[in-house]
Amino acid sequence: MSSINVKIEFGGGLELLFSNQRSHRVSIPAKVPLSSKPEDAEKSPEDKPADITYLMYWLRDNLLKEREELFIENGSVRPGILVLVNDTDWELEGEGEYAIQEGDEIVFISTLHGG
Amino acid sequence: MPPRNCALCDKARAIVKRPKTGQQICKDCFFHVFETEVHNTITEAQLFKPGDRVAIGASGGKDSTVLAYVMKALNDRYQYGLELFLLSIDEGITGYRDDSLETVKRNQQQYDMPLKILSYDELYGWTMDAIVSQVGKKNNCTFCGVFRRQALDRGAAMLNVDHIVTGHNADDIAETVLMNIMRGDIARLGRCTSICTQGEDTIKRSKPFKYAYEKEIVMYAYFKKLDYFSTECIYSPDAYRGHARVFLKDLEAARPSAIIDIIHSGEAFEIKEEVKATQKIQQTCKRCGYMSSNELCKACSLLEGLERGVPQAAITDRARKKLASEGGASENLRTIPYFQRPGALPPTAIVP
Ligand SMILES: [Zn+2]
Ligand SMILES: [Zn+2]
Repeated sequence: MSSINVKIEFGGGLELLFSNQRSHRVSIPAKVPLSSKPEDAEKSPEDKPADITYLMYWLRDNLLKEREELFIENGSVRPGILVLVNDTDWELEGEGEYAIQEGDEIVFISTLHGG
Repeated sequence: MPPRNCALCDKARAIVKRPKTGQQICKDCFFHVFETEVHNTITEAQLFKPGDRVAIGASGGKDSTVLAYVMKALNDRYQYGLELFLLSIDEGITGYRDDSLETVKRNQQQYDMPLKILSYDELYGWTMDAIVSQVGKKNNCTFCGVFRRQALDRGAAMLNVDHIVTGHNADDIAETVLMNIMRGDIARLGRCTSICTQGEDTIKRSKPFKYAYEKEIVMYAYFKKLDYFSTECIYSPDAYRGHARVFLKDLEAARPSAIIDIIHSGEAFEIKEEVKATQKIQQTCKRCGYMSSNELCKACSLLEGLERGVPQAAITDRARKKLASEGGASENLRTIPYFQRPGALPPTAIVP
């Protein structure tokens, strides 16, 4: 099974949920089940390219150390967390459905911490 | 999705979607519109005049860091003629404020602005760590809020400035509108959307980011690679505000204009004169000279409670009665230094 390498950055206090480490390099499967949520994966045998929604659950299951509810809400990134794909607002890239490419850099920044 | 060109210049690739307008714009246009909107907010409200000495309330967090950067840029670009200062309050919270103050010190170098740090310890003789060890984590936000407000004014007086700008953004203001509605605090609802507050005897305070979305402030800091500190206060955060914030973020996710719409709704409320009249008349605290609606200002009442070992005195009636039954304040009670507004005449008599 082929995999893709992704660079992950956390900022704005979100890194506190991920061992207080801002930068991570991860390797995720290139093709994933149609339902990104691991809990539903068996029910959806078809494949799709790994997208940001899949990555979000992957990060939850592999890197997140505490308080999932501060990262994921209702199957998406919690409102108030900004996501950038190669330095572009993910709202311009299809949000959770953006299909991740080899070498992409995905940045998650919380806006919810102190002013 | 194919890359899209900027809706404004049609040359560069769009990198951000503006929450206020839905426009997709490039990095340079984003910097330009963000800064220009703040400039327009400042000029329309006529916040400054040439020669003003202005302190930026700096916490090391995203909002005040971006505010310092943008204020400096606009002051240079449009020749406001302001003298800018950074003013930080050190609440004395180990592991939180000491780290964020390091950020402010770096900002001082980066932005080349004089920095004044005033600590609770210096002003009140109590750090927040010490206060929390006495009052616990339940009511400590009351102490911190009252002490910070007065500390900012006193720090401003020490810098001899007559105007403090703070990093409150559109999300903060919309959140406050919601909270005031939910609490039925109509008098505050009428005031909370004003860009500038100045009572008769207070130092002017204003919010140049009143219409700036948090999302854009964070994006701006990210693309400019500004150095800021982000972590939650280690003592219990304001739970009520937390709920309002989550609600607001959910609204924004469904309809991004919600934030600006709530601010406009807040501005459109007309508060009846009777409600306004319930606000107490301002006087001067008989102990420290700070403006107050009672004989003693809130900070002096809280401080007296702490000093006499009845820290709830200014919060609950029961504790207040206990304090009163023990008689008046003793001679050697620690008090806050007498407050003098910049430019104001010194008090004619020194009040004990
Ligand atoms: Zn452009
Ligand atoms: Zn006082």
